[in-house]
This record gives sequence, structure tokens and C-alpha cells, in this order.
Amino acid sequence: MIKVEWLYWLVGLVFVAMAVQMAADRSNPKRWTSAAFWGLLGLTFPYGTGVANATAKNGGWTLPAEPLGAAVLALIVLAGFNFLGKGVPVTSTAEERKASATRLGSRIFVPALTIPLVAIVCASVLDGSGLFETGKATLIGLGIGCLVALGVGMLVTGERKPSVPLHSGRSMLEAMGSALLLPQLLAVLGSIFALAGVGTQVGRLVHDVLPDHSKYLAVLAYCVGMFLFTVIMGNAFAAFPVMTAAIGWPVLVQQMHGDPPAVLAVGMLAGFCGTLCTPMAANFNIVPATLLELKDQYGPIKAQIPTALPLLVCCTALMAFFAF
Amino acid sequence: MIVLLGVVVVILGFVTRRNPVLVVGVAGVFTGLIGGMNPLEVLAAFGRSFADSRSVTVFAVALPVIGLLERYGLREQARRLIARLGALSTGRFLTVYLLVRQVTAAFGLTSMCGPAQTVRPLVAPMAEAAAERSAGAALPERLREKVRSYSASADTVGVFFGEDCFVAIGSILLITGFVNSTYHQNLEPTQLALWAVPVAVCAFLVHGARLLLLDRQLQREMALAAAEHDLPLPKESNK
Repeated sequence: MIKVEWLYWLVGLVFVAMAVQMAADRSNPKRWTSAAFWGLLGLTFPYGTGVANATAKNGGWTLPAEPLGAAVLALIVLAGFNFLGKGVPVTSTAEERKASATRLGSRIFVPALTIPLVAIVCASVLDGSGLFETGKATLIGLGIGCLVALGVGMLVTGERKPSVPLHSGRSMLEAMGSALLLPQLLAVLGSIFALAGVGTQVGRLVHDVLPDHSKYLAVLAYCVGMFLFTVIMGNAFAAFPVMTAAIGWPVLVQQMHGDPPAVLAVGMLAGFCGTLCTPMAANFNIVPATLLELKDQYGPIKAQIPTALPLLVCCTALMAFFAF
Repeated sequence: MIVLLGVVVVILGFVTRRNPVLVVGVAGVFTGLIGGMNPLEVLAAFGRSFADSRSVTVFAVALPVIGLLERYGLREQARRLIARLGALSTGRFLTVYLLVRQVTAAFGLTSMCGPAQTVRPLVAPMAEAAAERSAGAALPERLREKVRSYSASADTVGVFFGEDCFVAIGSILLITGFVNSTYHQNLEPTQLALWAVPVAVCAFLVHGARLLLLDRQLQREMALAAAEHDLPLPKESNK
């Protein structure tokens, strides 16, 4: 059975290999600290297997979580105090690219389409075959798709040196920099908030402010609360336990007898409207901006806010009219 | 009440535009410590949740493939291809992509598309090429950014409001996991997924309409740009 952990090891390996290249790249003024950052990030992936095994108690080898926590703090220091640099990208000229596009024609799409195609096959046809760890088929499919696509890509382009894709990928990695790390760190922040009891505190606060028996105000408070808290945290998953413990469950479901699936599902989606509007949701907003080489890193957010606000109204209205 | 200072730290860092990685790190350590954890417990919490959230960084495995193909002219060819497809304007093309993204995500195929896998190599160059074809000239830098931003938005809105219609997705599992364990309920993922459908329809109508309106905006701004400079726009893009 193919386990999702193998994919994590592959990701770790890619980071470590790129870190080795960075250490040797004299065009990068911060090559040692950059290499340290990506190398250390790479090592957290296999080490994380041991930590995850210990948390889930699902057997296998276990490792203590504290050293990984220390490594994460080291990553934060390296990225937070600007120790990450970029080398001069190793790439082709515009003329070379035009020439090879003419030569290859639409065959160049084959490897790019291989990734989603393999992911589909893994998630649909092969999901029930017992080949993959339960519930992880698409994620594993993405990994397999990338490996297959790399092979197909080398064949189609006629590239022989495996260092070439690694170099090209590294340039993209250097362009993204620490934005790549932010989503994982936000997940960490969310769970620390939960452990420290931020949710129950917000609940007490809301309970004191909200007038009794006002259904529409309570719905508004839950939806807008999910929205605002998500904007701050960058992640609806982090906001959901906080706002649900505060208003969603005690007020909307228990006091006002709302339909739990309607309240909770729509509440989560109100949070997603917030994700569209915030730079804190780096993986959805800042990462695409850097990947697309935008000068204005808030470009995607500006394109999304006029959609997010009407949708928040839709969510609030749906909950107010159909959940009770 | 004092743990709410952790939220204040995040807001302050965000408002003063500090390095976000640093803000999140400081807020995490600070909240943990004032929430009554000792330093070792804070480290362990950092380690455990970092290990549990590794899946969000997995897209990095696609970078070498995309990098290789771009080196061999993937974006250039994507532009040529769309240049041959006559009827599709930027807005129509992105609306189709939005629909594809929503529908595939609703079947659980969230990792199939994404900013690294599809938007950068395929969607954004095609959207740009469509805009340039209908304008008959290269896009000014500002409009190029706009088209790329809207390409990213089509992907993000699509996946957000598609995935919740699928029962085995993170957010649905988070809701059932949280509610069933905290309040001793017996919620089924399918009940929740059903409620995501009307919101998904709203999302498609709102964002799809805005994507279609983008065509008119581009047209107007291209005309404006041409008039402002009182010069013909460059005939071909070198990008």
C-alpha cells in the first residue's frame, strides 16, 4: 500500500536536493542561510513522520515533537529576519523558448496535463483498489502524477540532465521564498490558539454582548465573525472552532434550534469568503501572486473581494432563512 | 481573557506590515506562554501541528516539472494555442475554467488544479493571449497584472466553493470531527455537503458574472490606454 508519508519524504528530498544546489550557487549573496532554510525545511518532512505517528498513535516509529518545534522556530528566524536570498535563475532566453515551442508544438502540453490526469485516475479508478492509504488518494495521485510527468517531460523535451528540472524548480522556489512556509505556520497558530483557549474566551465575550433571542443578529454575528476571524487568522479552519464554540453551537443550535448541518456548513463557507480577502491566507493569495510574478502581491485579493462580499451576504441570508 | 492578547499580536503585526512569518511565529509563542503552557509544551505544540499540516506544502513537488516545461516554451505554446481558438474571450475562458475547477473539486479532485499545477503554466498565459488577441495589441503591464490576478481568482474561488460539496474534504471532516467529539453529536458528512451546494451555485453566478464583465473592462481600459498615449500600442508581446 502506498502511504502518504512516502510523498512527504519525496517533498523533503526535493527541498534537500535544492538546498544542496543553493549552497553551491555563488550568484546567491545569501547562499549559506538560504541552503540552511530549505535544507532544514526538507528534513522536517521525514522527521514529521515520526511526530505524526506519535500523535496519531497509529504505530510505526515515533519521535519527540520538541526538536521539530525548535526547528520550526529556526525556520521562522531565518525567514523572518531576511536571511533568504535568490541566485540568478538558470533558464533559457525568450528566443530559445520560442524556438523550442515551435519545434515541440502542442506536445509540450502532454506532461503538464499528465499531472491532473494521473491525479484523476488515482482518485477515482484506483481509490477503492487498496493501493493507496485510505482518504489520501488525490494527494498521493498528485505526487505520482508529478513523477510520471517528469519522466514524460524529459522524453518530450529531449532533456537528458536531471539537474535541469531541479534547477528550474529551484528558481521558482527562490522566487516564492518564505511565502511557501506561511500556510503551514498558520495551521500551527490555529492549533496553539485552540490549546490556549482562545475560543472559549471569544464565546464569553460574544455572550455578554449579544441580546437574547435575536435570531438574525446571532446569525449575522456568526457569519461576520467567521469572516473577520478568518481574515485575521488567514484560515477558516482556525476560525471555525473558535466561532462555533462562541456562537454557532451554544446560541444558534442549542438556544434557537437551528439545523446543525445547515448552520455549520454555511458558517464554514462564510469563513471561506474571508479567506478570499486576506494576505494572511498566503497559500491562496500571496503564493499565486508570486508564482505569477505579479508586482502587486495583493492583485488576486483585489480581484476576489468584490466576489467575497456578495457571497458573505448569500451565506448569511441562506442561514437566516433556511436553517431554522 | 488574557489569551485574547494573542489575537491582538496578530492584528498589530498585520496592520504594521511586519514580516508575516515572524508575526505568526511570535503570536504562536506568545499565545502559548500566556495560555499557561511551559516553553517545552509550546515547542511540542509547534512540532506536532507542523507535522500534521505538511499536506499544504506538497504542491512543491510539481515545481521541477513545470520549471522544465517552461524552459522549453510551455507558456509560449499555451499562448499560441489560445490565439488560434477564435471565440473564447478572456472572460469566457476564465468562466469555463471556474466551472471546471468547481466541478472537479466537488468530486474531490482538489489537487488536480492549482496555482503551480495549472494557473501559472496554462491558465494565465491563455487568458493573457485571449486578451491580446481581442485587443490586437500587447497588454500594458497593469492590465497584464489584472488578467493574471483574475486567473488566480478563478482558481481560488472555484476550489473553495466546489470542494465543500465533496464529503471527504478537510473542511467537512473538520466540522464533523469537531462537532461530534465536542458536542457528542452524530453528524454525517453528506448532510453538510448538501448545504454547500446552494453556496457553490451562488459563487459560480457571482464570480462568473464578474469574469464575463472583465472583458468589457479590458476593452475600455485598452482604448483608454491607447488614447492616453496617443500612440499605437506595440504589435507583439515579447513576453
